[in-house]
Amino acid sequence: MLKLIFRRILEAIPTMFVLITVSFFMMRLAPGSPFTSERSLSPAVLANIEAKYNLNDPMWLQYVNYLKQLALGDFGPSFKYKDYTVNELLSQSFPVSMELGLYAFILALVLGLILGVIAALKQNSWMDYILMAFAMTGVVIPSFVKAPLLVLVFAILLQWLPAGGWNDGAVRNLILPVTALALAYVASIARIMRGSMIEVMNSQYIRTAKSKGLPMRRIVMKHALRPALLPVISYLGPAFVGIITGSIVIETIFGLPGIGQLFVNGALNRDYGVVLSLTILVGVLTIAFNAIVDILYAIIDPKIQY
Amino acid sequence: MSMQDSNSAPEKIDSTVRKVGADSVLNAQANQAKKVSQESSLLAVKDLSVQFTTEDGLVTAVNGLNFDLHEGETLGIVGESGSGKSQTAFAIMGLLAKNGRTKGSVKFEGNELLGLSQKALNKIRAEQIAMIFQDPMTSLNPYMKIGDQLAEVLILHKGMSKKDAWAESICMLDAVKIPEAKKRIGMYPHEFSGGMRQRVMIAMALLCRPKLLIADEPTTALDVTVQAQIMVLLNELKRDFGTTIIMITHDLGVVAGICDRVLVMYAGRTMAYGETEEIFYTPTHPYTIGLLKAIPRLDDDKGKLETIPGSPPNLLNLPTGCPFHERCTHAMDICRDVPPPLEFLPNDRQRACHWHPEMQIDDAGDVTKGMATDTNTDINNLSTLEG
Amino acid sequence: MSLTVDQPTELMELPIKEIKGRSLWQDAWRRFYQNKAAVTSFFILLLVGIFVIFVPMLAPFGYAETDWNFMQSAPSIENKHYFGTDSLGRDLLVRTAVGGRISLLVGIAGATVAVLVGTVYGATSGYLGGKVDMIMMRFLEILSAFPFMFFVILLVTIFGRNLILIFVAIGLVSWLDVARIVRGQTLSLKSKEFIEAAHVGGVSGFNIILRHIVPNVLGVVVVYASLLVPTMILFESFLSFLGLGVQEPMTSWGALLQEGSQTMQVAPWQILIPSAFLVITLFCFNFIGDGLRDAFDPKDR
Repeated sequence: MLKLIFRRILEAIPTMFVLITVSFFMMRLAPGSPFTSERSLSPAVLANIEAKYNLNDPMWLQYVNYLKQLALGDFGPSFKYKDYTVNELLSQSFPVSMELGLYAFILALVLGLILGVIAALKQNSWMDYILMAFAMTGVVIPSFVKAPLLVLVFAILLQWLPAGGWNDGAVRNLILPVTALALAYVASIARIMRGSMIEVMNSQYIRTAKSKGLPMRRIVMKHALRPALLPVISYLGPAFVGIITGSIVIETIFGLPGIGQLFVNGALNRDYGVVLSLTILVGVLTIAFNAIVDILYAIIDPKIQY
Repeated sequence: MSMQDSNSAPEKIDSTVRKVGADSVLNAQANQAKKVSQESSLLAVKDLSVQFTTEDGLVTAVNGLNFDLHEGETLGIVGESGSGKSQTAFAIMGLLAKNGRTKGSVKFEGNELLGLSQKALNKIRAEQIAMIFQDPMTSLNPYMKIGDQLAEVLILHKGMSKKDAWAESICMLDAVKIPEAKKRIGMYPHEFSGGMRQRVMIAMALLCRPKLLIADEPTTALDVTVQAQIMVLLNELKRDFGTTIIMITHDLGVVAGICDRVLVMYAGRTMAYGETEEIFYTPTHPYTIGLLKAIPRLDDDKGKLETIPGSPPNLLNLPTGCPFHERCTHAMDICRDVPPPLEFLPNDRQRACHWHPEMQIDDAGDVTKGMATDTNTDINNLSTLEG
Repeated sequence: MSLTVDQPTELMELPIKEIKGRSLWQDAWRRFYQNKAAVTSFFILLLVGIFVIFVPMLAPFGYAETDWNFMQSAPSIENKHYFGTDSLGRDLLVRTAVGGRISLLVGIAGATVAVLVGTVYGATSGYLGGKVDMIMMRFLEILSAFPFMFFVILLVTIFGRNLILIFVAIGLVSWLDVARIVRGQTLSLKSKEFIEAAHVGGVSGFNIILRHIVPNVLGVVVVYASLLVPTMILFESFLSFLGLGVQEPMTSWGALLQEGSQTMQVAPWQILIPSAFLVITLFCFNFIGDGLRDAFDPKDR
């Protein structure tokens, strides 16, 4: 078991390295960046940058220093706001996105699994069709269509919920954003779970279980659930990435001060410090999450040797 | 009545007498015998039919099966793929696919099984009737330890504690000759070989000491040597536990090895049914005869393998009349138009065929000694009881 | 012991494969034809296509033209602004059509890039096998770990909002899945007997790839491509929605949605109409993709 974890972490490291290296060199090559000769930044910001990155050093030294800084968790200065480092900006926005993402993830997983199992057990019934039709719309309609629509209905027409704002994470303010973010993944997970469950329920070993006179409840919970979960677990990696990506839009629409908004503003302002750092941060998180998912998969599937 | 001494020359029977007089007398006796046997039978199957509604039409997988199984007996159901033998088993266990419908009656100890709710069936499954399947690799849950899969029947059906159930399971694993049962019980199916997996399945089926065990081609997926081992095991268990067995197979060798009676199916219909010895030594149905002739024999130097020409019919598009007539060496005009009725013969024997052996009264022939026939591809002969 | 007569097995698979190949496509076409949702979607898409191509040519207004008389006005028939106007007085009908052109163009072009790159990469990796395959797949895995949207935004930030850059970038981040699938198909094909037969028959490696592998992989690729197009359209819309896509006054459905979401309370038609077009187009591509998938492999439901 430990060997597997160790191996997985070992595999993740080169990936992270590539990511960081590519980002580093992108930053150096970007037009309009202070690292080229175009000086289009404010002098105060420029001063910060020069203080941070010793530009007279040879490239490899700069690279090593950059790595050292990253290892210490230092993302460098913002290229737009002279008074802020990226870390400071992050410390305010990361918790927001964390909460948003976490709730969306949990909602997607729990609701998706339940709906998927129900649809599978009642295959081809009207309930199944409705659930799958809902799932299809959830998947196809992009979040930036769903979100405004939700706002239109619930905030503007019905006036039940606020149309935006973080309000320090008040529940009322969370409902619409979390829903808009999670819907696509509720739908995807439901679809995957349904398909997987149907396949498992049609397998020979379930027929054997039935022939043993086991009640359906036990067959579903003890025999079918575990194998049926496997495709869902594989999907969790992409789901994680999707939720992070989706939060960009959701935070923009609802005016939530998370890293999504930070990122977009950084992109619009050409704040390379922010944009690159966030790319690296999200990349590292993704790689780590994927490793965890792989380990989880190996735990559940006894056929995988470790 | 049916005295048969396979060593003596068969008696030539006057066919005229047969057809006119014997019918009524013999059939009446047969029916009488049948009624008696039904009352004390463990499993009484009457006119069982199974149909599936598919996109391409209605498929009748099983068509009018009749047999009575008594305690301690072993019945073999023989047929090619698609003959409906597995579906018969599923119908009895209530495991048919959602688009399947049954007709007729299947009575277990006098209680009707067809149409029972899953809940009611669950009380019978494992405790009274158990089933083992063809491919032990896919029939055991790869995600559960075999100990759990074994113990759960005891826990759920007999109310045992987990500890007791596991202990009992270990005993059973010993009984089916799994080495180091105590260590292996905590393993997963993929850690076992094919033969051992099948033994685990058998152990699992017998844990609650069911009265009836249905074995659906248990040796088909195994190597020949392993096959033999499993058959030996089944014979021993049959002797030790007194289990009644339905053995579904396409291998006549298996039937010869363990079955008291045999039911030969083709395209869902009964072609022949009776005591194994009778059917094997005095086959009267062209299909049965063909099957027996097709068995390769070492002591036969004809040099050519006999086969039944053609292939099994598409159940969606059955030929008119007898489903076998297109491949039958004795097909007559009537065979094309009218499906042969199922005749009930004495000694609980059945056959469905328009052709009767003594019709070829000009050809003399011996009954098969052993299994192979001589150079005459026409099976005429026949001794014995016929209708 | 067999109870049936064995049919003599076909020896030369090669010529038969070509006949089989044709009827496979015909079979698939027939199945697709029977799928009502897919066929309907196809026709709807055709209509959308006609809309986006011809409306800007025939409409009385340009897409960047401000109509000072009707600023942010609701759809009406009399003033010829059938879809209404936006806050800058631009006709929404024309802008929806023009936006559609961009969205569909990026979608299809992006999908094409992804398919081309992915197919070549996957087929090569699968065919060559061994160490090369291992290295190529490792590389693929490394790339898969990246949150690509971030990367695309990064590229756009650095290199500007160039239309071509956008669909190349979008295509480049999506070829990974195609590559994986094509490689899988190639691997399973490689082990099939008719490839060996071709080898033994002296057909060169390149010809094998071209004449045997590609046609068989095509089915899978076509299905994936049709599901890729809506993803690409979404990608582009996503970017435009954030203001990182096409430059003003050029527009796309995503950009229109962004404008519409700002003015939802006063001019709901601005968001509803482009949304409707986008959603319908996405649904249609999805149905077609599902239909194609069913057509080529009906068991895959």
